[in-house]
Amino acid sequence: MIIQFICRAILLGVPLLYGSTGEIITEKSGHLNLGIPGIMYVGAISGVTGSFLYENACGNDIANMSPVLAVLIPLLCSIIGSVLMGLIYSFLTVTLHANQNVTGLALTTLGIGLGNFLGASLINITKSELPSIALTKTSSFFLTELPFADKLGWFGELFLSHDFLTYLAIIIALVATFVLNRTRVGLNLRAVGENPATADAAGINVPKYRYVATCIGSAIAGLGGLQYVMAYANGVWSNNAFGDRGWMAIALVIFAVWKPSLAIVGSFLFGALCNANNYIQGLGTETQELFKMLPYVVTIIVLIITSMRNNKQNQPPASLGVNYFREER
Amino acid sequence: MSNAKEIKISREPLLKVVKRDDMPPLKAWLVRFGTLAISFIIIGLFSMAISGKSFGETYEIMFMGVFGRIFEGKLTMLWKYLQEVAMLLALALALTPAFKMKFWNCGAEGQALMGGLAAMICMIELGDILSYPVLIAVIAVTSILAGAVWGLIPAIFKAFFNTNETLFTLMMNYIATQIIAYYLYIKGGGSNVINPVSAGNFPTVGTNEYFVNITVVTVITVIMFIYLKYSKQGYEISVVGESQNTARYIGINVKKVIIRTMAISGALCGVTGMLLVAGKDHSINANLVGGEGFTAILMSWLGQFNPFIMAVMIAIITFIEIGVAKVADTALLNSSFSSIIVGIVILMLVGCEFFIHYSVKFRHNKKEVEA
Repeated sequence: MIIQFICRAILLGVPLLYGSTGEIITEKSGHLNLGIPGIMYVGAISGVTGSFLYENACGNDIANMSPVLAVLIPLLCSIIGSVLMGLIYSFLTVTLHANQNVTGLALTTLGIGLGNFLGASLINITKSELPSIALTKTSSFFLTELPFADKLGWFGELFLSHDFLTYLAIIIALVATFVLNRTRVGLNLRAVGENPATADAAGINVPKYRYVATCIGSAIAGLGGLQYVMAYANGVWSNNAFGDRGWMAIALVIFAVWKPSLAIVGSFLFGALCNANNYIQGLGTETQELFKMLPYVVTIIVLIITSMRNNKQNQPPASLGVNYFREER
Repeated sequence: MSNAKEIKISREPLLKVVKRDDMPPLKAWLVRFGTLAISFIIIGLFSMAISGKSFGETYEIMFMGVFGRIFEGKLTMLWKYLQEVAMLLALALALTPAFKMKFWNCGAEGQALMGGLAAMICMIELGDILSYPVLIAVIAVTSILAGAVWGLIPAIFKAFFNTNETLFTLMMNYIATQIIAYYLYIKGGGSNVINPVSAGNFPTVGTNEYFVNITVVTVITVIMFIYLKYSKQGYEISVVGESQNTARYIGINVKKVIIRTMAISGALCGVTGMLLVAGKDHSINANLVGGEGFTAILMSWLGQFNPFIMAVMIAIITFIEIGVAKVADTALLNSSFSSIIVGIVILMLVGCEFFIHYSVKFRHNKKEVEA
């Protein structure tokens, strides 16, 4: 029961982890990308479209599908889709100096629209009765467990039974922590986010860092959408199912005080909170509805506590949300 | 540059971006509306592509989808359209004072939901007890209060601890949604649906049920214009928005301004919720506002904090939204196509600001002279 609860929490938390790792990398460059919810939709639907086409090309027969391609095609499509969204965002905010909040929100509108439109179109093509597309074959490749996982009892279930995107999320978060804190690129990136004028004077190419950080961040966030469809929803896409996870991912950035390693813990905790209502015994349906606000209430409490403590180390990048124009100093 | 000899500058960059002095407002609006005109061509092309009809035909479908047969004197569709515009405008107006103060209120949805919930509770619980005028007054007061409280909670923390308001207000939306879900469960009796309540509905004028809503929003538009432009409080808001230090220096109590402005912002969102419940749906569900809270943020910004321009912008964007959805509908495609188009149009409008604030100069074609 407890093991199951934790596994479920991890499964629910991984899209948030991808989203917040991506957003942390973007925010470290000084750009607040509120388009992440839309980008996660696009990442999900691009992957879904890719694997849909591949499944059809294989005649919907699992025997014809190569496991490598079945995983790689959605993965690549997802990355391409979300990087394109990241490029739109960075072109508007870095090159055209557009307002970051407005650009991000418009991108979210666009991304959710794209997701729902393409999703509905694919559903149209399959002519299915249900308002969803089932890519269970592709999903089964994504969900392949390590072969010895079920032989190791609870240990196996807790640590080894997850889909590979879960491990990838943790690896990405750890790598991001390392790169941000221990490498020159990370140092430069943080400099760009803290004080772009100084970074520029030191010879760092500010626009380039911001472009790259936003695009990498978008790609990572998009994978979160893909993980949601392929692993959590077992390959079933239905419109608007992804819900508000993108916003929770952005909130998680503050929870994790801009540290990807803390985001790992935070996302699993959020996953647990999202799921708590199903595991607490003896709740009526009406109390369950109230329990569903738990993650949001906790986010608010975290926001308040971090702002009250006002710790000098746990601050957002100093120039977060401010566009950099070299001639304006 | 005398000491630039070591650094060999072979060429200047091809394009150079220069900040403009302020562009005259009229010219700036020409750029914006020019962009809109271009986007209308793009919308037509996209719609042609998905529906397979000609450019003129798609616009005819859009026009008919939005306005219906107004030339034959049938105004139902027009009123429906105006109602949509009015609701989005009400939310955008509610957000404007907060944005002008650089307070990113992303919680319009939640504040409107709480206002709507307050109206709903009054309609259900007090509908039989109070006389009609008293009931309407109670509905108005409670929903204004509910919206204001929902806006005040993040404002107080922002004022005293500088808590991030974007996420705080965002989270308040979801809490409001869950409260509505909870209420629907209690009152809906298992079906989670509340049937339309007849008590406490706004009066219809003739057959037109939206007249009251549209009038209220029109009045708010005018008042908001005067409030922002000519009142002392409006001035304080813009000073706090420009620079909190300046505001403190000239003796403005910044905390007070933040809290007061968010109370107004929340209260107006609450009014919108009330208009939606008492003037339109006569019922409530978690989708009452339908994500318009985010669109309203964009609209407020597109209108450059001017209520009248906002109204024009919203009228155009709503036309696109409903019209393109209609085109997609006739082509048997999902109507989310319209949010893609709206997203693209807004991104274009966001992008065109660049040409208002900056100018691009090409490299001079004469040879580089060594200093």
